[in-house]
Amino acid sequence: MTMPFLEVANVTKAFGHFVALRRISLTVREGRTTALIGPNGAGKTTFYNLLSGRLQPSEGTVHFCGRPVSGQPPHKINKMGISRSFQITNIFSELTVLENVLVALIAHLNLGLRFWRIVNRDKKLAARGMEVLERLGLGPLASSRAGTLSYGDKRLLELAIVLATEPKLVLLDEPTAGMTPEETHAVIRLLRSLAAEGKYTFLITEHDMNVVFGLADHIFVFHHGELLAEGTCEEIRAHPEVRAAYLGEEVD
Amino acid sequence: MRKKIQLGVLLLLAVVLVLLPKVSPFFIVFVATEILILGLFATSFNLMFGYCGLLSFGHGAFFGTGAYVAGLLLQHLQWDFIWVLAVAPLAAAVGATLIGWLCVRLNEVYFSMLTLAFGMMVFAIAHQWRSVTGGSDGLAGFPLTEVGIGLDIVLANPFHFYYLTLLIVALSLAAIYLLTISPFGLILRAMRENTERVAFAGIPANRYRLYGFILSGLFSGLAGALFATFSRVAVPEMSHWTQSAEPILMTILGGSQYFFGPLAGAAVFLGLKTLITSYTSEWMIYLGVILLGMVLFLPKGIFGLLERWLGGRT
Repeated sequence: MTMPFLEVANVTKAFGHFVALRRISLTVREGRTTALIGPNGAGKTTFYNLLSGRLQPSEGTVHFCGRPVSGQPPHKINKMGISRSFQITNIFSELTVLENVLVALIAHLNLGLRFWRIVNRDKKLAARGMEVLERLGLGPLASSRAGTLSYGDKRLLELAIVLATEPKLVLLDEPTAGMTPEETHAVIRLLRSLAAEGKYTFLITEHDMNVVFGLADHIFVFHHGELLAEGTCEEIRAHPEVRAAYLGEEVD
Repeated sequence: MRKKIQLGVLLLLAVVLVLLPKVSPFFIVFVATEILILGLFATSFNLMFGYCGLLSFGHGAFFGTGAYVAGLLLQHLQWDFIWVLAVAPLAAAVGATLIGWLCVRLNEVYFSMLTLAFGMMVFAIAHQWRSVTGGSDGLAGFPLTEVGIGLDIVLANPFHFYYLTLLIVALSLAAIYLLTISPFGLILRAMRENTERVAFAGIPANRYRLYGFILSGLFSGLAGALFATFSRVAVPEMSHWTQSAEPILMTILGGSQYFFGPLAGAAVFLGLKTLITSYTSEWMIYLGVILLGMVLFLPKGIFGLLERWLGGRT
């Protein structure tokens, strides 16, 4: 198996004259929690949008397990095994917590056109949904309306929707943004144990360096739309340009 | 408990509707028939509006298509009515496929405007294509056929027609209800809130919207076919934007978040209209004021009010 997991080759994204990403080439390895860091405006979210089909690259290609990602619509990319979370919490507030996860499960299991089935009576489906919720500690909230959850639980539900489609590659966009320190710790522990299961590979953007250094095996640093550096936590911590560009004010 | 109350109310309603012709005058049966047909129209409209979050301003196109196809089949081919009722909605569904294919890519007001434009296009066709549609006079005087499959129903008899309508509308509402509680219905409700999120979960969102639109058009066409037979004419106004506005008003009146909201709204709308027209020909003004008040003070419609009275939602 020498086929690269996620391979980004020479990707450029321009909006008019503004170049958001410039000739990015990188490879994400399966099973290795990878972080993407960089100051605001470095192009992280644009990069995610390219990986998930929200945007198309101006130049270059993205391949996932040997199949082209660029040019595909979001739902097809999800079916290929890439699922993303959003920086702004993106759940279905009027549905119950369980229903939120069922939406993703129905998509994953291709049950959307079973017009004759009754979704609330489908015990197998509910059991699978509950399994995902319990894994994230949301089990007791299953029948609450999602809009009534606390902020931290909403972020967890967001993650539950992502995981329910059983992706191989999980793109998390600032999963702990706005969380309290306790919630942040809980999420780090959760992500670590999920990563240890070996089912998912995480790619994470994050502002909080404690989260990044606590989770990542490998780090990419974006700066002004370019790939400034990559390496292990130690390498990035010691990297002079990274320190100058970004870490200076945050690490010691 | 709540489920039992709902079931009880539904049963009571069914009993009332079945017994209605035995106890009330011809005129009431006439209005009730109209309420049932337009209630079906509003309910099928609400499949897109309440469940999928897309406000169609052109559903008159499908109502009108159903009406004209029914009129044409009765006039030229004299098919048994059951086949007319099978084919007319299919024609509307074909129309919904063509129109929907172009419209579902758009959101919010752009979707509404495009459906309005297509609706008026269908109106223009009905109005201009004299040799087929009869122009502004529409189709009138088409014969009423047998119902078929051995049913001893006389369409010209208003009581018979009422029961036939009641049966068809009840079956259609049951079918639409099953749709809304199926996995498909859950996807529609999720798309109402956040279409993009659904796409990122692996659902081809626009295709699902189109399926919803086609089903909505299908039942609108069925309502149109019933209405043409009921009123014995098919006229261009049935696809006019004012016709498209009626299910919107009914749905808002009844409550778009409730399955029976549009039907209740149809009952209130037509009830008020009937009542006011018996006093004055300027019914539009009075109805307008009443509707304005209801929309302002009952933002969730009649059902929203009932729910508040019965104590919160669970």
